[in-house]
Amino acid sequence: MVSAHMQSRAHSNLTQRSAGLALRIDNLSHGFSFEGHRLPVLERVSLDVAPGEFVALLGPSGCGKSTLLRLVAGLEPADSGTLLGDGLAITAPDPSRVVVFQDPTLYPWRRVWDNVALGLEAQGLLKTTKGKVDEALAKVGLSQFARAYPRQLSGGMAQRVALARALVNEPRLLILDEPLGKLDSLTRIAMQQELIDLWQRQGYTALLVTHDVEEALLLANRVIVFSDRPATIKAEITIERGYPRHRDDPYLLDLRKQILGLLGLGERW
Amino acid sequence: MSSVDLVDTHESERVTSGRIWLTGLLAAAFWMASAALIVWWPDATRRWPMTQGLANVCLTVTALIVLAVVMGRWSEGVARRARPSGAWLIALPVLLSLWELLTAKLGLLPVPFFAPPQALLDVYVDDWPRLADSLLHSAILLGSGVAVGAATGFVAGVAIGWSRSIGYWLHPVLRILGPVPSTALLPLCFFLFPSSWSASLFLIALATWFPVTVLTWSGVSSVDKAYYDVARTLGATQRFLIFKVAIPAALPHVFVGLFMGLGASFSILVVAEMMGVKSGIGWYLQWAQGWAAYANMYAALLIMALACSGLISGLFLIRDRLLAWQQGAMKW
Repeated sequence: MVSAHMQSRAHSNLTQRSAGLALRIDNLSHGFSFEGHRLPVLERVSLDVAPGEFVALLGPSGCGKSTLLRLVAGLEPADSGTLLGDGLAITAPDPSRVVVFQDPTLYPWRRVWDNVALGLEAQGLLKTTKGKVDEALAKVGLSQFARAYPRQLSGGMAQRVALARALVNEPRLLILDEPLGKLDSLTRIAMQQELIDLWQRQGYTALLVTHDVEEALLLANRVIVFSDRPATIKAEITIERGYPRHRDDPYLLDLRKQILGLLGLGERW
Repeated sequence: MSSVDLVDTHESERVTSGRIWLTGLLAAAFWMASAALIVWWPDATRRWPMTQGLANVCLTVTALIVLAVVMGRWSEGVARRARPSGAWLIALPVLLSLWELLTAKLGLLPVPFFAPPQALLDVYVDDWPRLADSLLHSAILLGSGVAVGAATGFVAGVAIGWSRSIGYWLHPVLRILGPVPSTALLPLCFFLFPSSWSASLFLIALATWFPVTVLTWSGVSSVDKAYYDVARTLGATQRFLIFKVAIPAALPHVFVGLFMGLGASFSILVVAEMMGVKSGIGWYLQWAQGWAAYANMYAALLIMALACSGLISGLFLIRDRLLAWQQGAMKW
């Protein structure tokens, strides 16, 4: 039975599309109305992300990176431009494109297990896929906390639950909106490693917004640097290093200096 | 934190099973003294019936406390439940004796208006069928009114909080009709409705409906938008967003509304029963006052206090069950 399962898995890998989503962003512009006039946030942004690629978005605070993620998730329609996932227009949220936000936003009235089960329950799949919830909890190392309430968790644990809640849906695109932004530096380093491990195992496409240049360099295949609002793409940097990476790798340090320069912080470092 | 809790429990367990409950013994002595005062101090104005009965009640309480003291030596459960009320168990016989002295024994308070405790006991023994009947009728009227008001209020609150077009029509109605004291509508409703009972039911429902609607609405509209974003990206339908996100998130507010609504419903109930409905505890109060049967009035008031307090406690019990996930919620 196990071998049959493995076989079908291998078979499906050969015949079906890969686990990651191909994302195409073409000439995307978006704005908000603010006190009567229009505030442009994104200006003709174009970006192609290959299936299974890990792309990090860097830019000044408030430049519109998070807005881009909301558009990609389908939470809001874009003003103009094209957004395609595997060639199909993105018009609404879909569990194949899951967001992990900066705040874990766990539902306080649900136990950890029920929080992780949220997506499966919302899609009406929970009855047949209960095992997936346990699996996802095990993946982030929180099996013993299945019965706990969110208020009983530390910040890092809560964010790992949020990650499990996303992964249980087997997303083809994982959208990470500063997911480690509020964690202490030690938890952060540990979770950066976890993010890499999970991504390598699952093969999804990942889109990460972060303020931490080092984090982008450690995790991503490619770093996109945005300008100040309205955001346009200022630079694209491909990181030619395998994993695990070391933060004191001179190659990464050099890139870091380069990126900080692009963000206008070059001289001070 | 949990280890500290454990140490605490062990400490108190050791103490409760080890030592004799001295406060309990003292309380027993006070109750016995009350009984002695009631029996042996002669009545001032007239000989009250049920004086011996009242003394027997005091002696029964004495016996129960002694039993708790003895059982507490063996059973930690009994000790833990009895001990916190120790000071009150002493204060109660003191207050009872004071009441007894001021009324029956010294006659310091004018007699027909202030009844001694044995007169209340006499009412409970003599008139319990009428009291029980009144209580039952009040309970049916209140229960139906609150159920209708709470259910419609909850639905209306969710609807206003969720749908803009429903809010457009309901919001003005809520703003005009809600703040009007329901008692002010009583004469109108007695005239409009086929019976005073249905009029009262409507008004009790209205008094409950208003706070439940407003608080449910405020609960639904104050739900963190990020909760909806999360659910939507995970494939939630509108139905899921309402029933699994908006309503559970709004529940703490809903219970505040229910608490306020229940309180408002009590006063409507009593006023309605005093003015039109020919049964119930409010009617009993009015009836007793009409016959200058003040002891009956006090007896009914005491029952009403216990019943209302019991209902509120029940509500909080349900809330604590449903909102166990909340930390540091107020204890009733």
